[in-house]
Amino acid sequence: MQESRKPEPTAAEPWKDPAAVPYIRIQDVTKKFGDFIAVNRVSLNVYKQELFCLLGGSGCGKSTLLRMLAGFEEPTAGSIFIDGQDMAGIPPYRRPVNMMFQSYALFPHMTVQDNVAFGLKQDHKPKREILDRVAAMLDLVKLAPFAKRKPHQLSGGQRQRVALARSLVKEPKLLLLDEPLGALDRKLRESTQFELMNIQDKLGVTFIVVTHDQEEAMTLATRIGVMNLGQIVQVGTPKEIYEFPISRFVADFIGTVNMFEGRIVDEDNDYVRIASEEAGCTIFINHGVAAPPNAQLCVAVRPEKISITREAPANTAENCAQGIIDGIAYMGDLSVFNVKLDSGKLVKVTQPNLIRHAEDEITWDQRVWVHWDPASGVVLTT
Amino acid sequence: MSRQGYLPLGDQLAVSAEPLVRRLAGITPVRLLLNLLGRIATGRGPVIAVPYFWLILFFMVPFLIVLKISFADQLIAQPPYSSLLEWTGERYLTLKLNVANYLFLGQDPLYWKAYLRSVEIAFFSALICLVIGYPMAYAMARADRSLRGLLLMLVVLPFWTSFLLRVYAWIGLLNNTGVINNVLLALGLIDRPIVMMRTNFAVYIGIVYSYLPFMILPLYATLEKMDLTLLEAAEDLGCRPFKAFLTITLPLSLPGIIAGFSLVFIPALGEFVIPDLLGGTETLMIGKVLWDEFFSNRAWPIASAVAIAMLSLVLLIMVFQHWLQRRAAEPA
Repeated sequence: MQESRKPEPTAAEPWKDPAAVPYIRIQDVTKKFGDFIAVNRVSLNVYKQELFCLLGGSGCGKSTLLRMLAGFEEPTAGSIFIDGQDMAGIPPYRRPVNMMFQSYALFPHMTVQDNVAFGLKQDHKPKREILDRVAAMLDLVKLAPFAKRKPHQLSGGQRQRVALARSLVKEPKLLLLDEPLGALDRKLRESTQFELMNIQDKLGVTFIVVTHDQEEAMTLATRIGVMNLGQIVQVGTPKEIYEFPISRFVADFIGTVNMFEGRIVDEDNDYVRIASEEAGCTIFINHGVAAPPNAQLCVAVRPEKISITREAPANTAENCAQGIIDGIAYMGDLSVFNVKLDSGKLVKVTQPNLIRHAEDEITWDQRVWVHWDPASGVVLTT
Repeated sequence: MSRQGYLPLGDQLAVSAEPLVRRLAGITPVRLLLNLLGRIATGRGPVIAVPYFWLILFFMVPFLIVLKISFADQLIAQPPYSSLLEWTGERYLTLKLNVANYLFLGQDPLYWKAYLRSVEIAFFSALICLVIGYPMAYAMARADRSLRGLLLMLVVLPFWTSFLLRVYAWIGLLNNTGVINNVLLALGLIDRPIVMMRTNFAVYIGIVYSYLPFMILPLYATLEKMDLTLLEAAEDLGCRPFKAFLTITLPLSLPGIIAGFSLVFIPALGEFVIPDLLGGTETLMIGKVLWDEFFSNRAWPIASAVAIAMLSLVLLIMVFQHWLQRRAAEPA
């Protein structure tokens, strides 16, 4: 499900470079609506040419944060800097920021061309320049033949591209995208995702995308900020977020995960053993954990990192449990097995369907072993 | 031509007669009959037939009678006009159409002056209603959702009192010894009463006051359903709020403006009660001319010709308005 972006030679992981200057600085920003705290002391640095995704469920405060960047809402506390400039008190029409709205918000009484030209006209650019830039932008989003149409004469995907063109044509320092692919059907989303990434590569604009769709975030983002209850709970690359979630919430929110509650029984600098009644076995993890001995904690194992066999694995002492196949969901590229362990716990295991038709496939009600590598489990203390 | 009956009937004619006419033109009589029978049999027919029946009985038939009278000769008799059909030589049934009534409308400057003045007063009344009504409708549409129902009711509230009563109330306000003059005199701002009654000013006040809700309601309806993110998008693209109003809100509310304008303009054109009660000799509106011809001069044929000419004028304006509205509503 993950399409990792090829690393960019120039701006490769600036967030790891302590000398790098963040392009967008959000400092201790809080937003209250009456008693309700929509955004709670959020601090975040976004670097130039990043494609940053704010990911979270509905009501987590991600849209409010976006609207504060655009200037539609003023922070109750804290400050926002864009390219070193404090944005406090600066109205939306004077910010070097453009936004692509979830509903696209295309002007229904204007043609595609006039919609895209609208922003440039506000800046009183010369007519010639406006025409040229609009034409170039429509070429980029492949809408040149539709320049004279009105929004209601376009398909959903075309409207989305008009909205994108309109928000990009002013070459903003920062482009905000609110659920950019939300209204598109699945096939179109996938192609549009890659188009969006290409355009961002070409123009070098910094993007901040708000989405509730983790797949969208995974594909698009250089980094993801996972939000919950008005706070950013983890920031990292898609890979970091997926493979090294720092909390149960993140592990559970991104992808599917099997969680085993347990207790540390043996530990050292380079390993830890956790007894888990839920798993019905001892879980061995080949790295140390910063937790007190005997601590109650949780091990998360992704379904694709668990193997499923009828024969017992070589080492049946650790990372291994027996159960019965409770259900199989055939998804085409892979199959999802629900295994009911002897402890009563249901475990999800996915297996790629490498062979079109195998004799003797694992099927319902069979007794199987599930096992995983010592490197597969993630220990979550919170 | 009572004021209460006029507006809705005119509107309904334009809306409901159109499909009927199209159907009549395109279908052979037999198929029409079969179609009609089929409709009645399905049970949907009678329901649809009720408004048609109503319109035919109370609008088409009276209209045809007026049309007929407009081509008759004036007689001192009962009824005061001649019949169009006449037997001559016991063998010929002749149809005599007297177009002199219409020609007379063109000859006597009284009539076209009255038409012109009516159009002028109706146009400027509608314009004033728009200027006053737009900010009100805008404020209502942007008001807190819980407040909107109340505001809407306040706009409609004057309809709870008789129209005539409200116009009479204006006499009490505008008179030389009326409330306004008395207050101004008492404050010492003027030493002689300002003459307001029996002037065009009073007629404008009366029409604008009476028809303002017809302007506000359609404007409110279009402004209220407008997507406010469009304004955010405009601001986001560098547009100041006032300019965003001019480039986004105003064009998008055009259907409401056209509807409100027509709803004021068309009935104001044939207005009789207000110019009669508040206007003077200078306010020569066609509704008043019509009244005088019918009731003072008993010149029914001329009066009918005046009525038909005015109806033609209104229909022309409505066709134009329909065309405008179509164009304005296109992007929706």
